[in-house]
Amino acid sequence: MGILEVKGVNKRFGGLQALGNVNLSIAENTVHAIIGPNGAGKSTLLNVLVGKLIPDSGSVMFDGQSVLGRKPHEINQLGISRVFQTPEIFTDLTVLENVMIPCFAKRDGAFRMHAIESVGHEVDIKTQAETMLADVNMLEKSNMHAGSLSRGDKRRLEMAMCLVQEPRLLLLDEPTAGMARADTNNTIDLLKEIKAKRDITMAIIEHDMHVVFSLAERITVLAQGTPLVEDTPDNIKGHPKVKEAYLGEAAH
Amino acid sequence: MLGLNSKDFTLFLVVVVLVIAAPILLNPFPSDSAFAQFNAGYPALMQRFVIFGILVIGFNILFGLTGYLSFGHAAFLGVGSFAAVWMFKLLSYNIVPAVLLSVIVAGLFSVVIGYVSLRRSGIYFSILTLAFAQMMYAIAYSDLLGKFFGGIVTNGETGLQVYNDDPQILMSPGDPTVPHLFGWEMNSSFTWDVGGWSFVFQNGYYLSGILMLASFYLAIRIFRSPFGLMLRAIKSNQNRLAYTGVSSRPYALAAFVISGMYAGLAGGLLAAMDPLTGAERMFWTASGEIVIMSILGGVGTLIGPILGAGVIKYMENIVSTINDNVVHGWFAFMPDGIENILVTVIHPFIGKGWHLTLGLVFMAVVIFLPGGLVEGGQRLGRLFERRKVEEKPPTATTEPAE
Ligand SMILES: Nc1ncnc2c1ncn2[C@@H]1O[C@H](COP(=O)(O)OP(=O)(O)O)[C@@H](O)[C@H]1O
Ligand SMILES: [Mg+2]
Repeated sequence: MGILEVKGVNKRFGGLQALGNVNLSIAENTVHAIIGPNGAGKSTLLNVLVGKLIPDSGSVMFDGQSVLGRKPHEINQLGISRVFQTPEIFTDLTVLENVMIPCFAKRDGAFRMHAIESVGHEVDIKTQAETMLADVNMLEKSNMHAGSLSRGDKRRLEMAMCLVQEPRLLLLDEPTAGMARADTNNTIDLLKEIKAKRDITMAIIEHDMHVVFSLAERITVLAQGTPLVEDTPDNIKGHPKVKEAYLGEAAH
Repeated sequence: MLGLNSKDFTLFLVVVVLVIAAPILLNPFPSDSAFAQFNAGYPALMQRFVIFGILVIGFNILFGLTGYLSFGHAAFLGVGSFAAVWMFKLLSYNIVPAVLLSVIVAGLFSVVIGYVSLRRSGIYFSILTLAFAQMMYAIAYSDLLGKFFGGIVTNGETGLQVYNDDPQILMSPGDPTVPHLFGWEMNSSFTWDVGGWSFVFQNGYYLSGILMLASFYLAIRIFRSPFGLMLRAIKSNQNRLAYTGVSSRPYALAAFVISGMYAGLAGGLLAAMDPLTGAERMFWTASGEIVIMSILGGVGTLIGPILGAGVIKYMENIVSTINDNVVHGWFAFMPDGIENILVTVIHPFIGKGWHLTLGLVFMAVVIFLPGGLVEGGQRLGRLFERRKVEEKPPTATTEPAE
């Protein structure tokens, strides 16, 4: 049994079958990549996993509990965090505040009336956030407005916001899209470090094969809403069906 | 100090001093001078400054932090006033039960209205709050509740006030027949005449002032708390907040109810200063005025809303009382022709035309100072800072803007 079990999931948008009978099992403490051409349904699948979309049929179990019908904040509280394809951060707040909010959410739950004590007195939370920022090399940007960060920094900040919660399952939707090569390599190193440090399961959607083959232990290839094959990176590289459906397409 | 960081504490101290000294500071012109007209240091107006200050401080917790623009906040002020006057009618003129009930009733109304309205965001939220407030206004104005139950509840167009044959079951003979705090009458005052000046220190003003300071202090604590941070996160990105494991609905509702209770307190105090009220306090223009006060002063800043409330109440009460004769008085030293031209030019902006003046000031602020009067202050401050830095070696540290 994997930590995440997707069974028979279907999702239609009008006449378009975005997901057709998707079965997927992600084993605990692995990095599982989901690849596939544009429009294959990768983001849609992620949206189903975090409660943003409700599938027409099928089941999604996280650690033995169904996630379907739960609100996004409840799914997060189960231990699932998500990095979006376009960074979702609190642009009006400082970088430090951005990372403190997930710390509060982790400690205090979905709602806590905590209206009198000053944020400045929350030393533990602040330390936690600053340690995380140091890990992603952004500590010196703590007091900057998140909205004024570069695109690459916004992605790193979003990743820090997810990682600081120590999720059991981290979902990453094209985490290196739009990054320069150096930043991409930093991101790969960061994710490897996190993986080495503690138990975490990652599901990563990625177009960049360099990233996929640097990180993934299992790869699922999705095409037209249906998983084509699932295998180890080495086997996927040589798989004729994959070459045809995906790698071939990506080559031009 | 007091659990505030040094910058907030300084700001709070400044406001404390201003509230205490307002009867003097707002009366700069001797009573018999031509400019006495501009003095704002009389109790009825100073009460309004601080009471509307409370209202807008509370409104700012909702609008300034979460970005949810309530367009029906005057409704909570209105129910607060009605609740207080009913306490005067039923119990006695002691303001303690009156003000307490104002806050509680406004809180209950805001739980219901907030719960429903917060199912939508943006313009739809604003329209829902507006619709609720207008319904409440209509109910109060035609006293539908009174008609339904038989008797009076809001007393319709006439408005609600205390009559001699009201029960007032807690009144003993000899008790004051005006609102009081355990015998300390709200409308009593002490007048200090020095030189040509006459300064009036009124109980009601100081009680309202103290409550405004308490409200302001609480608002600062809320702004700086983890709760306040979550409210700002709601304004910034609700989507991310949800995927961070936070349920924004109860946070927004809590902010809505807190700001509704602030409005209830303000409504209760208005009644405590003058024990009568009417439906017009809930009319949509009153709600609009609250929005304008916040934007004029500086949305989301601590001090801005208080400034905005002050400026608008000043114009409403001072600019509106200037008439052509007064202006003739100012320019009497000029040749008649020029005097008449000046009066003709100024005429549309004074007296009943004060709304025009307000509109122009509002437009100027929104266009040139999108951060409100507070931004104007900051720009001035920076100008001074730069001068100082030029004189002295640069030691100034930049702190995040207020
Ligand atoms: N909310 C939506 N409404 C309608 N169609 C959608 C919606 N989201 C995605 N789709 C369609 O579903 C298909 C899969 O999209 P997506 O999951 O974003 O693909 P990928 O992330 O693999 O590139 C695409 O054809 C897309 O146009
Ligand atoms: Mg996608």
